[in-house]
Amino acid sequence: MNGLATALITLLRRDLILALRRRQDALVVLGFFVVVVSLFPLGVGPDPQLLRSMAPGVLWVSALLATMLSLERLFSDDFRDGSLEQILLSPQPLSLLVGSKILAHWLITGLPLVLISPLLGMQLGLDGTEILILMTALLLGTPILSLVGAIGAALTLGLRGGGVLISLLILPLYVPALVLGAGAVDAVMYGSSAQAHLSLMAALLILTLLLAPWAIAAALRIMLD
Amino acid sequence: MSHASHVVFPAHRLEVEGLVVERGERLLIRDLGFSLAGGELLQVAGRNGAGKTSLLRILCGLSRPLEGRVCWDGVPVQHQEEGPTAHLAYLGHANALKDELSGEENLRIQSALQGRGVGRDEAWEVLGRMGLGGHEDLPVKFLSQGQKRRVALARLLLVRRPLWILDEPFAALDVQVIEVLRSALEAHLAANGMIILTTHQAVPIEGRQRTLTLGKAA
Repeated sequence: MNGLATALITLLRRDLILALRRRQDALVVLGFFVVVVSLFPLGVGPDPQLLRSMAPGVLWVSALLATMLSLERLFSDDFRDGSLEQILLSPQPLSLLVGSKILAHWLITGLPLVLISPLLGMQLGLDGTEILILMTALLLGTPILSLVGAIGAALTLGLRGGGVLISLLILPLYVPALVLGAGAVDAVMYGSSAQAHLSLMAALLILTLLLAPWAIAAALRIMLD
Repeated sequence: MSHASHVVFPAHRLEVEGLVVERGERLLIRDLGFSLAGGELLQVAGRNGAGKTSLLRILCGLSRPLEGRVCWDGVPVQHQEEGPTAHLAYLGHANALKDELSGEENLRIQSALQGRGVGRDEAWEVLGRMGLGGHEDLPVKFLSQGQKRRVALARLLLVRRPLWILDEPFAALDVQVIEVLRSALEAHLAANGMIILTTHQAVPIEGRQRTLTLGKAA
């Protein structure tokens, strides 16, 4: 195996091992998602038709907020203990190393949201097809949340009140993913096809995948200068 | 304790020309130039805020100078074939260790990130040399400050880079660790390596050494 592949796999494995040994971080995100979604029936009343029509938006907004919760620690732990400097000093390209870290972040926080979403969808009264589309949309959308969120995490590194700043910076950038993701489920709910939404979401994912690691690497270099 | 190094580095040369360093609109270093050859140690001295850490970070490529350039073997570091940092190992104020991981895991991960995968045996051997035998698979959070520093120093030995850049390596170390570090530094110089460090205390190190004092002219 060459040095680049070794470095990327090592970094991915490291973040996964750390998440396993600090399970509460990932569980908090998942728990937050479940609790927020479960609060809506209590807040707006148990009318099944209303809950069903609100479900796509509720699930997506809750997923955005749950992701926000995990972003602050994405780079700040590495920043504090000096590991981030060592990552910058690695001879391997920083944007790829950053990609490895984001993949780990998605596996730890994004994927669990996708996996638990059918349960919450059922709770809000979605039927089989709608849940399938919801999962597909989240599967395409949560990596976008991790990638775009990491830009905010990098830009607010080491700043006081970084967590709040990330939200202000990043939530507006989450709007396209939110509109497309919730729109996909809405579309099948009202009898049309979700294909257009999902295709656009996939295109958005590819675009973010190409641009975000490069932007994150640049932001990290500036913040550590 | 033996620190016999197994590697001897080929002859390299670090050259710094016309370096101008500014930090927060304040000119810290004006027109600095020096060169360093294998087996030499450069001690960077100066009062607090004279730009010692800034200089080290520039030599590492973590920060950019306002002007001037840093050359390795006659080629500016940005144009090095292996990347701008492939010749150096940096130890800053922080140890860059993950508390949840053991010493061995920390070392193997960091070495792999720096492009030199090491096996379990090699990591254990270096930890043993650092006087951490028996603590290899203990999560780092259970180690004392001095022991953590030893793990961080073990990383320098593992990545086998010719140039070591050390920011206050002796700070807050007990006598035993200072002794371990001193002999590691001497072994590195004996292996034709180069060392640039900042320190407040005088530690007698055998080998060719010079002192660069910052902030005299300012």
